This record gives sequence, structure tokens and C-alpha cells, in this order.
Amino acid sequence: MRMSLSTGNALPVALLAGLALLPFAAAAADEPFFTAFFARVLIYAIAATALNVALGLGGLVSLGHALFLGLGMYSVALPAHFGIANGWIHVAACVASCGVVGILTGYVSLRTSGIAFIMITLAFAQMGYFLIVSLKQFGGDDGMAIPVASEFFGFSLGSPDSVYGVAFCLLVALTVWIARLRSAPFGMTLRAGRQNARRVASVGLSLSRYQLTAYVLSAILCGLAGMLLANLNAYASPSSMSWMVSGELIVMVVLGGMGSVFGPFLGTVAFLGIEEMLKAVTEHWMAVFGILILAVALLGKAGIAGLLARSGRSNSPARKGAKGPLLAESGVQP
Amino acid sequence: MTFSLLLAQLLNGLQYGVLLFLLAAGLTLVFGIMSFVNLAHGSLYMLGAYAAAVVTGATDSFALGVFAALATGTVVGMLLESAAVSRLYRRDHLDHVLATFGLVLFFNEMTRMIWGPQPLFVALPESLSGTIDIFGFSYPAYRFLIIAVGLAVAIGSSWLIHKARVGMLVRAGSVNPQMVGALGVNIRLLNAMLFALGAALAALAGAMAAPILSVQSGMGEPVLITTLVVIVIGGIGSVSGAFYAALIVGLTDTLGRTYLPLLMREFASRDVANAAGPALASMLVYLLMAVVLAVRPQGLFPAHKG
Repeated sequence: MRMSLSTGNALPVALLAGLALLPFAAAAADEPFFTAFFARVLIYAIAATALNVALGLGGLVSLGHALFLGLGMYSVALPAHFGIANGWIHVAACVASCGVVGILTGYVSLRTSGIAFIMITLAFAQMGYFLIVSLKQFGGDDGMAIPVASEFFGFSLGSPDSVYGVAFCLLVALTVWIARLRSAPFGMTLRAGRQNARRVASVGLSLSRYQLTAYVLSAILCGLAGMLLANLNAYASPSSMSWMVSGELIVMVVLGGMGSVFGPFLGTVAFLGIEEMLKAVTEHWMAVFGILILAVALLGKAGIAGLLARSGRSNSPARKGAKGPLLAESGVQP
Repeated sequence: MTFSLLLAQLLNGLQYGVLLFLLAAGLTLVFGIMSFVNLAHGSLYMLGAYAAAVVTGATDSFALGVFAALATGTVVGMLLESAAVSRLYRRDHLDHVLATFGLVLFFNEMTRMIWGPQPLFVALPESLSGTIDIFGFSYPAYRFLIIAVGLAVAIGSSWLIHKARVGMLVRAGSVNPQMVGALGVNIRLLNAMLFALGAALAALAGAMAAPILSVQSGMGEPVLITTLVVIVIGGIGSVSGAFYAALIVGLTDTLGRTYLPLLMREFASRDVANAAGPALASMLVYLLMAVVLAVRPQGLFPAHKG
């Protein structure tokens, strides 16, 4: 596939390159806060990219992805609680739990569509949330500290720097994979189904199987983000499974640009960046933020990626009408 | 002893169920007829509770507090409808989720800004704070009032939808809005009225719940999600479905929390039962919803269309 650099994806690529150097700069400036903050950005970007597989490509509005983030966190926290530090066991627990829960909830949820699908995914996430809250022996409402970090053949995720490195590599790999997936038969089928499910069915493809696969893949990837988050915070709490987190993930994807390659990454940077800036200005930042989200919803959903692609197009009139190769789903609304 | 416990739990479940119905009635109409996902419905409930708490505290009259909640719900509902919601009807559900999620954050933070993070409490008037004896069993009078108000709203809304002219227009509008509009009915005004009515009912639920809960920022979200479960079980857009489903969910949740841990002690060791009982009880309504959906994706009592 063509990976040419247009104006549209020059910015995100430059941003990623900058982030690759960030831990070194932060260490040189003796500002470890930045490494930890941007590690969180990278982790949420992974989760948003994961959600984008279901939401952006498949059009599945899941308001319950925090469930998988939480499953990922607790697949580190629970083994660690019993003294198991082997990261491969954590990964196996994460993939297995997210996979099984994803298949079960996805199977039931995909029997419905539209409003009902949104509410069902939300309800399943709440179910997981209340399950964790009521398990008092594992901290319940307060969450639990994680005494030992995941360890892979001697490489420990105990420090923010190592989490940062792994998160960065995973995000880059995921982004490249999404770029290929979008134009692979699998991605094409999903995107076609988002536009017209009946036509996909008439071609002879079973859309719901593709959607279930996308949902489960998205769940597992989101779980991996949860694992990294648990290691970064050395803490797992049910509050990161609350439905607010699911909503925030959706905002990140839509803010960046649904279905685009770099959209979720850009959206996460914008979301957490704005959040951090507003926090510095006022303790009631959430009121301002709420209005901002409302404005984004009212203005349409091409997102930042769509804006960049559009500005890229108007700068080079020769390519006018040509689609930005990587960015902006055709759902860009005038 | 066990019989009076059962009776108390049944009444508690009934009372929880009618509160859920007050929330679900407005939400299911907005879902079913305007096809609009309103996550901010819980915020209207919260605003109703705050209005009741503030006005009751200032005037010492709970009746005035309830009236203030109804007024707040209607006004805020109308403002929301004209400023944001009416622009979103034609957009897809994702935009609805996004916009109303923003509103939830906004309203939660606004209440925290104005009234602070400490919860407010509502004192009941003397006449309502006593208990009523039936067959030698006493139950708080106020909870009976909640049940009565809920049942009255159920009867009223059923009359409105099936007998009144406005209800007929609403039903017609849900089937074919273009045709109703072509016949000279102002469908936008109808939608706005419906939204405001739903908002007023949510605020009423908040005001009724205020004396038995603590009124605080974010109180709307847990109940909103349970309301969504009610609507899915009842069938989206069906008010009678919402009524039956609200009672089913209210009773299942209340009885489950009381009896499930007891029941599990019969089968499992005490430790396992103590751990798993409450966990299972808190998941019970969601499990119920999953089972209903797996068997009947359209809900138990779907609205009759066409």
C-alpha cells in the first residue's frame, strides 16, 4: 500500500517522532513528570486506536470499552497479588479474558443495532464494574496496589521509562497495522458494512461475523492498553472501568477522526492535552470540557484528521479531489 | 419475621421500580419516537433533586420543592431541546452519545461548582415522616407516597398516549413523521413538548428520591444506566413496556440483593457465599437484560408500530 507523506499525515508522524525522543529529553531536563504523562497519552492512544477498529471501521458504537481496559488492568493486578510477575502469564490472562468476554458480550450485543447496541455494551461494562466493586477481597471500590510489575525475560515494566518504550512501540505497530487493515479485504468489508449492511449481505458476506471479529480484536487490544496502564500506575481500580472512561475513549476517537489511521492518536493527544491545560487554569475544568465536547458533536465528526486532510488538499490544488491516502473516512460531512 | 421481611422487600422493590418508571417513561419516548440517545437524562434527575433540596430547605415546604423540581425539569428540558438536541435529531447516534456525554460532564461540574462536593439532605415534613401499619406491619409513609405518585404517573401517561389527542399525534408521529407534518401538525413543537415532559418526569423522580438519598453531583449516572436496562428489557419506545420492565428490574434488584446471599449460603460455603453473593446480586439486572436480549432482541413488550 502507498504510504506517501502528505500534509495530512506529516503532523502526526512528526508528533510520533517527537514522542520517540521525549523520554531522553525529559531525563536530560530532569522532568520525569513528562515521561509519565506522555506514557499515559500513548496508552490511551492505544486504547482509542483499538476502539477505532470497532467504532471507526465497523461503525459499532461501543460505550463499554472501559470494561476491556479494566480486564487488562486486573489481569496484571490479580496475578501480581498472588506474587506472579511473569508478564507472559499477564498477557495470556489479558488475551484470554478479553477474548472470552469480547466474544460473549459481542455475540449478544450484535443481535441488536443502533441505540440498543450502545446501551447493551454500556450495561455489560457496568456489570463488570459492579463485579469488581463488590469483590471486597480484591480492594473493591478502592482498587488494589500492584506489588510486582510484569516481567518479560528479565525486562520489567516497573519504571515509567520502560512502560513508555513498550507503549510507543505498540502504538507504532498498531498504527501501521490499522493503515494496512483499512484497505485489506477485512477492513473494506467492515467499512462497506458501516455504509450499507444490506449490500454487503447481498454480495454474500456475513457481516456480523466480520463485526464480531472486529469487536473481539478491539477488545483484546484495549486490554493490552489496560495492562500497560496498570504497570504505569502500579495500581488497578474499578474507577478506570467506569462508563465515563468508555465515553472519554469515544470522544478521543471522534475528536481525532473516526476510522482514520492517525485520528485516535491525534484525538488522544488533543483530549489529554486540553484536559491538562484546563486543569491548570481552573478546578472546574470539566464544565468547560463538557461544553467543548458538545461543540465537537454539534460541528460534525471529521475530527482533527479530517481537518488536516482538508487543509492538505486545499494547499495543493493539483491533488484537489484526490483523497488523502491515509486520513479521513469518506464520512467527512460538508 | 421472614414474611414481614419479604413484604418490606417487595414494597421496596415496588418503590424502586416506580422511580425507575418515572425516569424510563420520558427516556423511552425520546428514544423510540425521536430516535435520540439521551445520556443527559440522569442529569435532569439530578437537577430535579437539587431543585427540590434547595427549595425545600428555603421554604420548609416539600410540596413547593417538588413543584420547583417539575418547573426546573420542564424549563431545562425545553432549553436543552431548542439549543442542542433539536439540531441532532437527524444525525447518527454517535453524535447523540457525544453531545449528551458532554452535557453530563457539564451538569455534574456545574452542580459541584454551585453547591460544592458535599451532599445535600432533604428533611421530610412531619406528616410524611411517620410509618403506616398494615396487618401489624409498619412501612414508611413516604415510600407509600412514592409508589402512589409513580402509579398515578403511569395511569396518567397511559391515558395521555392512548386517549388524548396529543398522544394520538405522538403515536402517529412515531410511525410517519412526514405525513403528520404534511397534515399541518407542528411536529417540531410536538417533539419539544415530549422532550420537556420527559425531562419534567425525570426531575420529578429526582425530587421524590431526594429525601431517601443524598443529593450530590453525579447521582444521576448510576440510575440512568439502570434506566437504560429497563428500557432495553421493556422494548425501546414502549411506555407500557417501560412500566412492566421497571417493576421487574426494581423487584429483581431489591429481592436479589436481599435473598441471593442468603440463598447462596445454602449451597456454598460461607466464605464463597459472602464473596459471590453480593457480586452476583449487583450483576443480576444486567444478567437479566442479557438473557432477555439473547431470547428477544426487541425487548419483552415492544411498541406496536405500523
